[in-house]
Amino acid sequence: MKCLITIVKLKNNSSASPALRETEDEAMTASQIIFYLISAFILSMGVLSVTSRKIFRSAIWLLFSLIGIAALYFWMDVQFIAAVQIVVYVGGIVVLIIFSIFLTQQSGKEMPKAPLLRTVAGALAVVFGFAFTYLLIDQYGFPTIDQPFDNDVARIGNAMLNTQQGGYALPFEVVSILLLAAMVGCIVIALKTKPEEK
Amino acid sequence: MSDIPVSHILFVSTALFFIGMYGLFTRRNMITMLMAIELILNSVNINFVVFNKYLYPEKLDGIFFTIFIVTIAAAEAAVAIAIIINLYRSHKSIDVEDATDMKY
Repeated sequence: MKCLITIVKLKNNSSASPALRETEDEAMTASQIIFYLISAFILSMGVLSVTSRKIFRSAIWLLFSLIGIAALYFWMDVQFIAAVQIVVYVGGIVVLIIFSIFLTQQSGKEMPKAPLLRTVAGALAVVFGFAFTYLLIDQYGFPTIDQPFDNDVARIGNAMLNTQQGGYALPFEVVSILLLAAMVGCIVIALKTKPEEK
Repeated sequence: MSDIPVSHILFVSTALFFIGMYGLFTRRNMITMLMAIELILNSVNINFVVFNKYLYPEKLDGIFFTIFIVTIAAAEAAVAIAIIINLYRSHKSIDVEDATDMKY
């Protein structure tokens, strides 16, 4: 994978205009360094989370990866989404997963190793899928607009409760019904059924 | 801020998506498969936020899709864990290979 990245970087350098190449030669700014640090953190924690054989450690690596994603949102200046990420994922879903680990198995026990064939086939499929997808993304060249992104919480709230064109009042209500249905469904599914004869 | 090309941020989200796919392929424990699905959903969220911020900064649709995906992921995780706990009570195992009652 590292070889692929260097190839892509070489290709970028050779195709960039001279002015662009000059800016690339300069030292990286703090913002760039922070971005690459956050990315490396997210990806390494993600890899550990899917490869660790102790399930509790796997959940903790997942927690760190989600915190890294929240940091990436902070880096992109979307504070509300970052806060939602921390509150819902880190505070809710990971805690739920850890509780379910405690309820269903011994957390210190190692999980059985996946068969070699499945590991190799999965890794090959993933590497090739990633290579082709990133090749497409890299060749597309997204036309970015350099304009400040106004994602004030007040603006998000106004759009969420807006029933006019471009408002999100209907999906908001649908999602609230979905949450209610999910809550009732969870209670019904996880309810302990009493034995038939009493 | 905009000195990072968009494709580098998309590199992170694509890599995270395929890491999640690898977990989904190799794991057979239901809780770890659920964790892999969470990674995949998060990579999609990063994509939505990036496209909204760098390509359509005057709109808010990507932010809303992210918020709704987070909501639905929470509901999905709760229902999935309820099912897993129920399955554990009846089968004493949460391995997908053991849950074959409805297979044939």
